[in-house]
Amino acid sequence: MNYFPDEVLEHIFDFVGSHKDRNSVSQVCKLWYRIESYSRQTVFVGNCYAIGPERVAERFSGLKSITLKGKPHFADFNLVPPDWGGFVYPWIEAFARSRVGLEELRLKRMVVSDESLELLSRSFPNFKSLVLVSCEGFTTDGLAAVAAYCRQLKELDLQENDVEDHRGHWLSCFPESSTSLVSLNFACLKGDINLPALERLVARSPNLKSLRLSRAVPLDVLQRILIRAPQLLDLGVGSYLHDPDSENYNKLVTAIQKCKSVRSLSGFLDVAPHCLSAFHVICPNLTSLNLSYAPGIYDNELIKLIRHCHKLQRLWILDCIGDKGLEVVASTCKDLEELRVFPSDPYVGQAAVTEEGLVAISRGCQKLNSILYFCQQMTNAALITVAKNCPNFVRFRLCILDPTKPDAVTQQPLDEGFGAIVQACKGLKRLSLSGLLTDQVFLYIGMYAEQLEMLSIAFAGDSDKGMQYVLKGCKKLRKLEIRDSPFGNAALLMDVAKYETMRSLWMSSCEVTLGGCKALAKRMPGLNVEIINENDQMEFVGGCDDDRQKVEKMYLYRTLAGQRRDAPEFVWTL
Amino acid sequence: MERSSSSSMELDSDLNLKATELRLGLPGHCGDDDDGPEKSQISSTSPTTVLTIGRSSSGGSNKRSSPEAPSSNECRSQSDSSASGVEFEDRDCAPPPAKAQVVGWPPIRSYRKTCLQQQKRGSESGMYVKVSMDGAPYLRKVDVKMYKSYADLLAGLESMFKLKFGEYSEREGYNGSAYAPTYEDKDGDWMLVGDVSWEMFISSCKRLRIMRGSEARGLGN
Repeated sequence: MNYFPDEVLEHIFDFVGSHKDRNSVSQVCKLWYRIESYSRQTVFVGNCYAIGPERVAERFSGLKSITLKGKPHFADFNLVPPDWGGFVYPWIEAFARSRVGLEELRLKRMVVSDESLELLSRSFPNFKSLVLVSCEGFTTDGLAAVAAYCRQLKELDLQENDVEDHRGHWLSCFPESSTSLVSLNFACLKGDINLPALERLVARSPNLKSLRLSRAVPLDVLQRILIRAPQLLDLGVGSYLHDPDSENYNKLVTAIQKCKSVRSLSGFLDVAPHCLSAFHVICPNLTSLNLSYAPGIYDNELIKLIRHCHKLQRLWILDCIGDKGLEVVASTCKDLEELRVFPSDPYVGQAAVTEEGLVAISRGCQKLNSILYFCQQMTNAALITVAKNCPNFVRFRLCILDPTKPDAVTQQPLDEGFGAIVQACKGLKRLSLSGLLTDQVFLYIGMYAEQLEMLSIAFAGDSDKGMQYVLKGCKKLRKLEIRDSPFGNAALLMDVAKYETMRSLWMSSCEVTLGGCKALAKRMPGLNVEIINENDQMEFVGGCDDDRQKVEKMYLYRTLAGQRRDAPEFVWTL
Repeated sequence: MERSSSSSMELDSDLNLKATELRLGLPGHCGDDDDGPEKSQISSTSPTTVLTIGRSSSGGSNKRSSPEAPSSNECRSQSDSSASGVEFEDRDCAPPPAKAQVVGWPPIRSYRKTCLQQQKRGSESGMYVKVSMDGAPYLRKVDVKMYKSYADLLAGLESMFKLKFGEYSEREGYNGSAYAPTYEDKDGDWMLVGDVSWEMFISSCKRLRIMRGSEARGLGN
């Protein structure tokens, strides 16, 4: 291969798509490393503190698209204090200085300030695509800058972000000459929207394929928008409150009938429980349906809708659909690959689905490979049946609302059930456990879950052995997050080198002590071992008494960038 | 801020509430607590007023709640006889009707929790209407927003007035019962309960009247 000119190698590498494969290619020899590096256009950084932006810009001179992830996953559930970190500004600034030809920025769980959005919009003339998932720190002023100055903007996709809303003028900041929009998702915005500006924007965007509205967009505007954009593939309905006898509603029905291309439907952020029937006409075309933000829809309306959705591949719903509703899904949606059932009332802790719904789905949906299921209860028998019916799971996440609930019938731990899952699903990459679980389940996981990359553990296990089984057995493990489980130093320190083969480890409310963490940090300088010390729970008084203190929250990750300089006071890097 | 027992479980990051985090004990520990607090973790940034996890029905539950609390109010969760709950900042500690939450459990994003809350908040204002029953000496009041559907509302009325409504059909109204539920709408007309969608009913119902069947039959057509 060394006899080929560089351009040929580069061309060949063009066909190598995935990050993993490109990483492998770059390790073959120096020549390949060099060529692969300058030809890689899409870079993925799973932990923004694993490497510095300057180094990324230097290595990948042809970089056009970057994905960055910031806070640990458990930050989604309020386990990480605010101001922990994950700032995108240094990245944008470094890229601007290095004159990276940035076109696409995808961020997850990062802190994005208005300043960074403004800098972004002014620094990269070819910038096309901004995707923010579960981020915070910005306001609609930042969005206004993006709208105004990113002349080539094709995609602005805001998913579940916490955005401070300074009212709706940002939409008017898209210049009249801007006609390039392909995808616009502002469903997570809470404030008012400049509706005429929105309508005008849609009218002058002939390439618009994906549009997800916020709850500030009422029915009559939706109807007019649909008339203007019948070419939409992906629609997120904002508000869906109406009187079914009204003129507006009838107009909407007519407009929806024209949207023959819609394949993905979501939203219904404010919804009147009846009269989803307007959408029945497009249901047979849908491959993706997300009604998980709409607790107001009654189960019989949901079921009526789903009966029309024969081609559905992805379904996100609330548990008010019930076991009966899931049976309808199982008999209707034969192509279903991904199912997520969320709790409609997390505070009361009464989920409307049980193991029966899950079993029904497993029987009917043979192509299922990804599930997130919040339920009232589970049984080993059900899990064993599910494992038999669906050996193709790649992602299996089960959340029983009472986190240590045993098998609802036998009162036994759920070890056998999850054991069956990992044994049958040879391609399982992601697993989340819940229910009453002993060390036994981890023995099974260590034995069978050979492809497992991410494992989430909560309130499980009896002793260090549990964690040890996992660390020993799961060779491909990349992310391990544990909370409220009795794993201590013996488990933590069993195989310290393993952590350099992983992206990160999170342990909170476990039995690890400060001494254990210090020992780990000392042996592995290539890791950042961070202790989150909220409210001065811990004290560095000096002396070895310190070391016996239990560590409430520990987050460690491999890194080439050394200790991070932006850590707040309550985060100690050992 | 006024708090009801269920909203005391709201995630409200503005209030900087402290919460106990829970620790697992080793198996074999008795499920009854009160033998001294385990190490408690107070997290000022975990905004739930967190309390105990519901106990599983058998098998050692290893949860412990920490009674270390800044306020002196203590509430017992009625839904679980062996659990003890500690609530913070709750002056009127109405008995919580439901199990309290563990910090960060169930694992769903705040965005999602807010979405669900927003739908509920719309109905938190309550909508009390007078309910009269023919022959009864005094009227009652019900909060129509407490109910999710007609079936719910009728069940509530049946229980309150100790009667039974018949089967509803569009053609015949409430067939086979001595009473029929009616309501006065925005225009002042008396309508049979059940003809329009629930939302429409909620938005137009001014008062309810349980009419004697003999009078109500006229409305059923």
